[in-house]
Formats: sequence, structure tokens, C-alpha cells
Amino acid sequence: MIFTIEVNNKQIKAKTGETILSALRRNGIDVPTLCYLPELDATGACRICVVEVEGKPQLVTSCSQPVEEWMKIFTHSPRVIQARKTLIELLLANHPDDCLYCPCNGRCELQHLAGELNVRERRFPNKKSPARLDQTCSALVWDPAKCILCGRCVRSCDEIIGVSILDLIRRGEKISIGTTFEKPLNLSNCITCGQCIQACPTAALREKEAFAGVQEILHKPSIFPVVQYSPVISVSLAEEFGIKPGKDLQGILNSVLRKIGFKKVFDITFAADVLVLELADTLLKRIALGEKLPLISSCCPGWVKYAEQYLPGNLDLLAPLKSPQQIMGKLIKRYYADMQGITPEDIVVTSVMPCTAKKFEAQREEMSLQGTAEVDTVITTRELAKLIRLNGIDINQLDEEMTDSPFASRSTAGKLFGVSGGIVEALIRTLHFRLTMKEIANPKITKIRGFKEKKEVYINIEGKEYGFAAVSTVKALPSLLDEIQSGKKNIQFIEVMACPGGCINGGGQPIQGNGETSQLRAKAIYDIDDKESIKASHKNPAVFDLYQKLLQEPGSPMSSALFTAVFNKRTVLL
Amino acid sequence: MNQSMDNEIDSIFQKHQRNQREALIPILQDIQEQYGYISEEAVQKVGLFLAIPTSKIYGVATFYDQFHFQPKGKFHITVCRGTTCHLEESDNLLEEVSKYLKISQSEVSRDGMFSLETTTCMGACGRAPVISVNGNYYEQMTIDTFKELIESFKQRAL
Repeated sequence: MIFTIEVNNKQIKAKTGETILSALRRNGIDVPTLCYLPELDATGACRICVVEVEGKPQLVTSCSQPVEEWMKIFTHSPRVIQARKTLIELLLANHPDDCLYCPCNGRCELQHLAGELNVRERRFPNKKSPARLDQTCSALVWDPAKCILCGRCVRSCDEIIGVSILDLIRRGEKISIGTTFEKPLNLSNCITCGQCIQACPTAALREKEAFAGVQEILHKPSIFPVVQYSPVISVSLAEEFGIKPGKDLQGILNSVLRKIGFKKVFDITFAADVLVLELADTLLKRIALGEKLPLISSCCPGWVKYAEQYLPGNLDLLAPLKSPQQIMGKLIKRYYADMQGITPEDIVVTSVMPCTAKKFEAQREEMSLQGTAEVDTVITTRELAKLIRLNGIDINQLDEEMTDSPFASRSTAGKLFGVSGGIVEALIRTLHFRLTMKEIANPKITKIRGFKEKKEVYINIEGKEYGFAAVSTVKALPSLLDEIQSGKKNIQFIEVMACPGGCINGGGQPIQGNGETSQLRAKAIYDIDDKESIKASHKNPAVFDLYQKLLQEPGSPMSSALFTAVFNKRTVLL
Repeated sequence: MNQSMDNEIDSIFQKHQRNQREALIPILQDIQEQYGYISEEAVQKVGLFLAIPTSKIYGVATFYDQFHFQPKGKFHITVCRGTTCHLEESDNLLEEVSKYLKISQSEVSRDGMFSLETTTCMGACGRAPVISVNGNYYEQMTIDTFKELIESFKQRAL
């Protein structure tokens, strides 16, 4: 039911069942929030969103209070503003005053609110937090001194990802956020997906930055710096520079990276194409030999770590193949280096990813050979933006360029790896060709697109039905796996991506406040798929060339030697 | 976790229903009663039994002062911080005790001999300040009588 309420002496429309905040925002009235995120359950913990409701003795939290017909609300009365200001001043009481040196400087919600509420001096004496910085994890940094206990990280780990590694520990003035038994992150069950970074309003949770190190090696004469980037970077980098979300910067990205100082620029989409061929081969062999199914994708390092912790008995279902990032790194150091006569040890491969877990993946033991890592450094989309600014490059003033040979072409199927369902779509296109030697009539598989946690599609190829599922976040996985293993569902392949909607919403992506941005990123990828002509991985000419010159065929001894991945049970507190 | 501990926790579980979250605190209390503290292994087992992530169990357990996460010392010392004991300067006593034992609240000495915690009232206000060691009360404590007490425990332990 729609009814009228009075806000700041003006009539606005509100709906039964919605919160005060929702009614206000829909009507263009801005109330600041801190612990509230639209996709999470409201807790009303921080109280920044308080408003005055006439007749109520206390201020009410608009994010959690349902709106009622009789209400007369004041959103910016002197009492409300004073309350909000005091709350921020209290939060600042034990906050380190190091904004100038903080990685979050300029995009910190606390800093922003302090400015908005005109906090110009320290009202409460500073009491330094004794909490120690946790730098043990290869992907994330946990700086509890900067934590304001809003609980957004806890809720995003619980509600969005479904892993629940964090909780509020102790109570009162001793309260903090931590893992079970306050284990350091590297010994916890954290899957390093980085969604907590997306949720954190300050720099309490952030990626372990590596771009400064990249900048250093770029100008060392003994080093041959090479860069490779994920299919997602081109459709999300623009946001960091104030351009409308969803603009594809592919060609400009190449010239930016060369301008920064990388000698060669490669697109990991190429490696995604290689992986599709290998995946198709693995799946067909498993079906033919009656081996254990479903085959599950293993491109997402967050998901892989989750499986190693929670599903040790099912690790044989994971495709024993490296991810596109590692395949690309391997090809650069083992094939490209040879071709160009460069010692692999002299090449430094920097990977630009939308993902924090890729930092973790790159340093896994099996991802290096005799001390030479396949990928040396991983930086996130946000770090790339910082690197671009550090080098003073204006992305609006650049011409488009191509990636470097011998990996210069890509299919749009590889590009689809950035969205949930994309691996399935790419795989179906190639499977169809392998089974029938004909291209699929309609390559667009809309049933597997979109932001749902679990999607399924059944395709009939020459009279035989094949089932595919795509899962994003790990919440829907256990029940799906049960259904398949108990024979209720005929699914041969599951794609898993740990982040909601896939890599476009990765933990290393530009911080975004609403779901619309991710829709636009996904649309940009689908638009590329519509526009370009090479829509299947097996039609990528450079991939064809690579198989001719090096790999012979998918599943060959050479590709197994290069691309085999190993998964091992991990013992952590779950 | 050794086999006997495993079986003992299983027998604690028998009193409760699987996957019932509200059984969490009673189960934790039973485990602490049995072992004096809640170990990592126990938390892991409780998590599997009740289908609760261990982070949430730890969050709940640390909310309450009654739960401990490391074995208590051979002599577990509780200093009363109730109102009457406070008026009799139990805060100074606690500070001195802590200094003498070289441990803070909820800590265990390195040799595993002593552990220290506080409580809000022991119900012996007439004889404040009060401490208890392994459940036995010692009344009208001063730091000197405390030191004597500790030395006698050390002798006994030899």
C-alpha cells in the first residue's frame, strides 16, 4: 500500500513494509549511512542514519525502522545533526589520524562523513588501539586500528559469500572483529575473495598492494617487464577515472600499459580460450571413460581454496587445470621466452586482475618451477588505476593499440569468463563443435546469464542431453552437489565463481555502491560478444597457432605438462 | 584430539539435538565443565554438530566471561571485584597479584602453575576482599598474605 508521510514539512509517498531510509532515498532525500549496505541485512548498529520522528522520545535508525503512516520526520534537524556529528567524533576517538598516508585516502566513508558533518577538531582524547596489523595473508591486509566495527565485512562474508570467517569477538570496549581463535588470516579459512574489502568503509580491510613494487622493476635494465590482464579489466577500469561504468577500454588499456613501461602486453582472454579447449577435452574424456562427474571449474582461486577446506572428498571433481592467469604466465615464461631467446628468470610477469584471490593463487607452491614463478606480481584493477595516476597518464589522450603476438587474438567466449555463466557458455560453444564439427546455431545461451546464485542449462547435442550449472558465491554449491550426486539432476559440468555475478564483481574491482554498476559491466562484456565475429575459443587463430606449434592437441602430454594443477586438502578451523 | 576426548564430547552431544543452534551455550558449558577450557578441536566439533561456522561460536563464547580458551593453571586464582571488595581496594590487590604472578587477567603463567581471572561477587562480602583458589575461599586478603599463600602452593607443588 502506498501512503503519504511528512518529511521536513513536505509530503512524500511511502510504501507499507519499507524502511524509513528506503522511502527517503526513493524521494531523493539523502541521509548518511555507515553500517548499512543495501544488499545486507540492516543492523542499525552505527546509528549515523538516525532521524527525528515527531512523538518519539528517541532518535530512530532509519535503515532498520519500518515507515508508518502517521510519521512526521525530520532528517536534518539540529538535534539529528548534532547526534550524527557526535557519533563520528566518538568513532574518531581511537582512529589513527593518518589519512594523508592511508591507502583509503579520498575514498574513505569515515573521512567523507567527518567532512560532511564539519568535524574540524578532535573532541575526545585519542586513545590508540593496541590491535596489531595482520599482514600474514598474501592477498589481504587487516588493519584493526582503522576498524570502526560497522560489521559490514562480517555480514558480507556471511550473507554474500557464505563462508563466514569473521565475527565480532568479545564485547564492550574490548570488542574487535576477528577470525576463530583470532588466527592470522593466512591460517584462517579466509578464501581471499576480497568481498570484505568491497564492504569496508575504511582501510581496515584492503588488498596487499603490490603496484609500488611493479613501478620499481619497470625501469631496471636487467628486467624484461611483461603485463597480462584479465578479460574484465577493460570494462571496469573506466570507472576509476570517472567515466560511465561499462565503457570498454580494451585498445586504450594496451597503450596505457605500454606507456607505463611494460615491454609486452598480453590479454589473459587468450589463455581463457586455451583453457576452454582443455576443459572441453577433459569433460569429454571423463564422460567417455565413465569417470567421476560433474567436472567443476577450477579457475577461481577463492573457490579452489574453499573446496580444499570444505570439500576435501570432492577435490577429484575439480578440473585438474590451471587458471587462465597461470596458463598465460606459464606460456610467457616457457614458450614466449624460448621463442624470443630471453631467460625466463629475467622476465617479470605482472598480472592485472579484478581479484584479490589471484594474489594468493600466484604464490601457491605448484605455481612456480624451480623457484621461478609463473606470475610474479598480481595487482588489482584499483591498483592499476593508482599506477596509471602515479605515471601521470591521461587515459583520454591515448590511441588504441593491439596486444602483442604471438597471443594477439582472442575470442569473445574467452571474454565471457568475466561473468558468471561465461565459462559454461564458452564451453558449450566449443563442445558443440567438438561433438558435431559444426558451430552451434545460437551461441547466445541466455539461461546461464544473469546474477542469480545458481543457474542451470540443458543442451541437446546430437540426441544426447548435457547439463551445465553456474554458481556464483559458494552458498548454492553444497545443495547442488548433493542433488547431482544423489542422481536428482543430470549435470556434467559446474562452473563456480566465488564473487557474486562472477569476476566483474571481484574483490579487486573499483569500489561500487550499487548493483547497477555490475549490470553495466556485464552488459559491456555481452555487447562485445554480440559485436565481434570470433565467438568461440576454438576459432581463435592464435590459439590454433599455439596448438600447431607447441601443444599439438588438447589433453596432449605437452599441455598436461604445462597446465596441470594440483589441489590438496587444507586443515583450518571451518 | 585424542580418542577419549573425542568420545567424551560425543557423549555431551547426546544430550542435545543436531543442528539446533540454541544448544550452543549449554554444550560449551558442558565442555568447559569437563576440560576446564574450550579447545580449538572442541569448537570445530561443535561447529560440525550444530552446523554453525566456528567464527560464530568463537564470537558467542568470547562475549561471555565464563568461557576460557586455554587450560587453566594448576592453581586457578579468582579475585573478587564486587562492590564491597572494591571498597576494600580489591583493584589494588588485583594489580599487585598480577604483578607478582607476572600474568594479566585470563592468562596462564608460563609454567602452567597459575591462572588469573576476576569475578563480580563471590557472596562473601562480610570478609572482603576475597579471592578463591581452585574453589576455596581466602578472606581479607592483603598482598602479603597472598604472597605467603602462593609460596605455600609452590611448596606443595614441588
